[in-house]
Formats: sequence, C-alpha cells, structure tokens
Amino acid sequence: MTVKFKIQGRTYTGTQEESLLGAIRRYGYEVPSLCYHEAVSPYGACRLCLVEVQKGKRRKLTTSCNYPVLEGIEVFLDTEKVVRHRKMVFQLLLAVAPAAKKLRELAAEYGVTETPFVPEDEKNECILCGLCNRVCKEVVEADAISFAGRGTSKRMESPYDETAEACIGCGACVHVCPTDCIGMKEENNIRSILRWHRDLPMQICKKCNRPFAPTFQLNEFAKRVNLDRARFDNCPDCR
Amino acid sequence: MDAKKLNTILDKYRREPSALLAILQDIQDEENYLPKDTIRQVAGELGVPLARIYALSTFFSSFSLEPRGKHICTVCMGTACHVRGAPRLVEHIEREFDVPAGQTTPDMQLTLETVNCVGACALGPLVILDGEYHGNMNPAKLDRVFRPLKKKE
Repeated sequence: MTVKFKIQGRTYTGTQEESLLGAIRRYGYEVPSLCYHEAVSPYGACRLCLVEVQKGKRRKLTTSCNYPVLEGIEVFLDTEKVVRHRKMVFQLLLAVAPAAKKLRELAAEYGVTETPFVPEDEKNECILCGLCNRVCKEVVEADAISFAGRGTSKRMESPYDETAEACIGCGACVHVCPTDCIGMKEENNIRSILRWHRDLPMQICKKCNRPFAPTFQLNEFAKRVNLDRARFDNCPDCR
Repeated sequence: MDAKKLNTILDKYRREPSALLAILQDIQDEENYLPKDTIRQVAGELGVPLARIYALSTFFSSFSLEPRGKHICTVCMGTACHVRGAPRLVEHIEREFDVPAGQTTPDMQLTLETVNCVGACALGPLVILDGEYHGNMNPAKLDRVFRPLKKKE
C-alpha cells in the first residue's frame, strides 16, 4: 500500500512493506549503517541508522532499518539528538572492534576518531552485526554459521568453531561483511573461507581448464535444482 | 548416546523441529551434557541446520557442551546473594575441591557453576547441590553440606 511520509520536511511516497532506511536512501539522503543489506531481513544491530521519527504527537529516536514506512510520519535525519546518539554508537562500536578499518573510516566521516571506552580486544574486527549469518541463511540457504553464546561472550562462529561443514564456499558472507573480518583466499585450487575453517577444492572447467567454483558447491546446486551434475562440469563462460 | 535412547526421545516429540529445545533438554537429562555426535544426529534426523542447534545450545546456560560431574553445585550470584557473601562461598568451594567456577573436577565428581539469581533471594546466599536448595549459607555450613561428597574421596 502506498503511503505518504516526510523526510526533513519534504513529502515522499513509499510502501508499508519496505524498510524506512531503504526509502530514505532511495530519495538520496545519507544515513550510515553497517548491518543493513537490502537482500536480507533488517536486524537493527549496528544502531547507526538512527533517525528521529514523529508520529502524530509522539517523537522518538529509532533505528530506521527495521522501522516501517508509515502514513504521515515525519523523519528527521540529523537533529541534535540523532547526532549525539550516533556519536555514542560509533564510540561503542570502535571499542568493540578497534581493528576494523572500514568502521574507523566510517566513524571518521562522521567526526568520531576516538573512543572513551576501553576496548576488550584490540585485535577484534567483528561488530557482531550478524549480516554474514543472515545472508548465509536467507540468500544462500546454507545455514552454515550462527551466533554462539550471549551477552559478553556472544560470538559469530561455525559450529564448535570447527570446519563449517554446511558451508558451500560461496563467499557471500565475505562479500557482505561490513568490516572485512571473515577472509577468503584461493591457493592451489583450494578455496578457503578462513573464519569458518572451510577449505574446498575447486572444480576445474573441462574446456578452459580454469578453476571456477568449489566442487562441493556445484554438487549442492545440482542437488537443489535437480539437474544433471554434468551440466556443472564447465564454467559459465564455456557452457 | 546410543541410537535407541535417542530415537525414543525423538519419537516422543514426533520428530518435530519445533520441539528442538525440549529434545535437547531430554538429552541433557540423560547424558548430563550435550554430546557432539548426538547433536549431529539430532540435526540430521530433524533436518535442522547444525549451526542453529549450536546457537541454541550455547545460548542457554542450562545446556552444557562439556561433560559435567556426577554432582552439580550451583552457587547463586544474584545481587542479594552477592552482597551477603556469595563470592566467598564460590572461593571456598573452588579451594576445597580445587575446581574453578564453571568447570568440573578432573575425577568428574563435581561441577561448580554460578548463576545470576535463582529467585529465592530471601534465603541468600544460596547454594544448590544436586537440585537441593541450601539457604543462608556460610563456609562452615557449606562444609556440612558437602560432607557426603568429601567422604567418597
């Protein structure tokens, strides 16, 4: 259903089904975020997409990624309150993942270069946004990794922090990770997803002799779409 | 866990993936912890990703992925117990049985756990040994509670 709403005093249209953050960005406004990706469900973990939303008489601070576009709401992107809270969120994130280069760059863009909080692990790059997990579950449908533990011991890992046997080595998690903390390499026709301890031999194209995808992944695909495995013997270019 | 026992548990819940939590509880009741190979079998039988079961079993502190001792001692560390000296009780047991909180003695006799409030604050500080609640504890009384355990050693 189409609804009318306001951003910074100007009227726009959207639908109730979409994410407010998506709508805000569609109209060219900038709001920072780390854990949001349009391909998966919003999670509201990084807290960076904070905006102020006025709904009738009530006005509140909320994450825009998991807020719906509602009829008649007014959205404010950089009020004093938003700026103040966003700064705090950046400071907290910097203390969680001091080694995350991309996070430091984004924080610097918003004028935050230092954190008053004491980092627990100077080497940590993961902000526990869960984006890798959501992509693996919702897009790839491999469900190879998950959060483990909770509270201060919460972490993202493969089961038992051992080889993720359900991982098909597609690298989608590596691609979406906002802080580049998963790591993938390809050596001697073996693809390794470092953080999930997964090493997969690559299939060599029968025509052009180039490695193009992990054999395990092609087996899974052939099974899922119920096609003859031989169809995946050649790389997409040679098919 | 042997296949027959596991099948009985799975059948009890009609192999419903939604009963996963109850199934894990039953396994833990039988085995005292969640053995890795059993978890794998459950994942296979129910068609639930291993990662999801791993997430569940690490989330709830009532589940243990490590084998636990014959006796389980839980010390309440909630605010009320804490101010009445629960940390001293933990230290006392740690010293007496030479086991750090959260771990099991090498002879698998005792597992020492701490928990953040069991909801019996009026009885604090509170120690639970094998499901039995011992209130208003102090180190001297603790020794009495633990006497049957000490004798066996």
